[in-house]
Amino acid sequence: MKQIWTIAIREFRAFFDSLIAYILIMVFLGLSGFFTWLYGADVFYTGQASMQPFFAIAYWTMFFFIPALTMKMLAEENNTGTIELLLTKDVSDMQVILGKFLSVMLLVLIALVFSLPYYFTIAWLGPIDHGAVWCGYLGILLMSAAYAGIGLFTSSITKNQIVAFLLALLIGMFFLIIFGTLAGNMTGVLGKIFAYLDVSGHYQSISRGVIDSRDILYFLSISALGIFMAQAVLAKRNTTN
Amino acid sequence: MNISVENLTKTYGPQNAVDDISFTVNTGEILGFLGPNGAGKTTTMKIITCYMAPSQGSVRVGDYSIGEHADEIKKRIGYLPEHNPLYKDMPVIEYLEFVAKLQGLAKSGIPQRIKKMVQLCGLDLEKHKKIGELSKGYRQRVGLAQALIHDPEILILDEPTTGLDPNQIVEIRNLIKEIGSEKTVILSTHLMQEVEATCSRAIIISKGKLVADGAPSTLQKQAQGSEVLKVTIEDGVPEDIYNKLQQLATVKSVDLDPKRSNHFIIAGNSELSSKRGVFQLCVQNNWVITEMIPVEKSMEDVFRNLTLN
Repeated sequence: MKQIWTIAIREFRAFFDSLIAYILIMVFLGLSGFFTWLYGADVFYTGQASMQPFFAIAYWTMFFFIPALTMKMLAEENNTGTIELLLTKDVSDMQVILGKFLSVMLLVLIALVFSLPYYFTIAWLGPIDHGAVWCGYLGILLMSAAYAGIGLFTSSITKNQIVAFLLALLIGMFFLIIFGTLAGNMTGVLGKIFAYLDVSGHYQSISRGVIDSRDILYFLSISALGIFMAQAVLAKRNTTN
Repeated sequence: MNISVENLTKTYGPQNAVDDISFTVNTGEILGFLGPNGAGKTTTMKIITCYMAPSQGSVRVGDYSIGEHADEIKKRIGYLPEHNPLYKDMPVIEYLEFVAKLQGLAKSGIPQRIKKMVQLCGLDLEKHKKIGELSKGYRQRVGLAQALIHDPEILILDEPTTGLDPNQIVEIRNLIKEIGSEKTVILSTHLMQEVEATCSRAIIISKGKLVADGAPSTLQKQAQGSEVLKVTIEDGVPEDIYNKLQQLATVKSVDLDPKRSNHFIIAGNSELSSKRGVFQLCVQNNWVITEMIPVEKSMEDVFRNLTLN
């Protein structure tokens, strides 16, 4: 556990050293603030004290931002060879991956903490469904965890950060759009499977305030699958080259 | 702590990068690991440091085996990989702190340990710079410092002096020798002088196979075979000297150097030395020896002999 934390802190600092963290937080707050307060179905237009516009935007921003955070994590270590240095220390493959995963979640958490003033302001403007807001935040965290898992996996299979980024977007696109579209076009068992795989249903039900263990399981299993696949890719060095 | 490598084999696809290698290294030894590029040095080191699993065979470090106690071994090994990969965007001190924490050093002891490493590796002026801003020599020192930070019993260095200037090479070698007196060190290189200068024992591998194992001087002697002398004898007729030299019992053949007059290259018979015989011959005939040089085969020749076939 100590090792995981040491690695997470290093990665976390690297986010701030390389400006990625500042850019992410600023763009995240700027985009979501713009759509919450100023444009489209914003709070004043709908006349409702609701965080729904905020969560609807976060749904998209996380889709782009998480792969941007994870893309360098293993790809760069593979490229420069620092992975060898890291794994010959007293750490296991899993600890390295979990440390990196944790650092992404920490940064997402920080970004979300900075968005709390939006919540407080809206709550001050009118009656708000507090339960739904906290569930919405939980939904973002869970979704981020799923994308981080995917991102770490794509970062593990290549030495090129851009490839890792695009591949993570591509896989994310399946969960975000393609499975949903397929589900709409199909009936029967296949339709149900695709509907289950689609992110939006799970995310929307959580951000409306309904916590269903199936939704939580859905996000956590994508995340875990990504992490285990990344570990399997790292372990490949033991069998072939 | 001893390292014993037994029948180690690593296969990449159809190719055996390391092919049934066995050797042991004892505490206090600095083992030179020699071989041409692609001979399997790096692969062997990666296996000993628990970065990769072997296809066959085993490695034991002290009482631990790489298959079962990788974590215990990793704690005791300091490793400087080939090309010295480092996080370029981290300051030196921060990086050393990161490594110290990973290796499980007690938090209270870390600042002191870092201080000692900075001193030992001569990083005092550069310690707050980012690693990416350092020159190659200083990066190499950071690589050594991170390998030594947890005071490991075993040190594995993959080509530690490549790309350094001559002064830096001497410094790093001295550092290795100083550290190596109480630790077990394996050092890979393809430079012969490095082995002659630093190592107490050398192993030569070629195409994945072990071809020689012994002290640098022993290896040299093995390759040496019979004695070869370069002699200049004056005050005599070259043909006369040539004939008389050939009649000596210890001399196998004599060559005249076409570029210099009165210069002979004498190859000896088996292990007998012909130095005395040549001297006596000259005394009898009133010739003067102005030069007599024994030709020694260098480690370079040993290396070429063993790895080219």
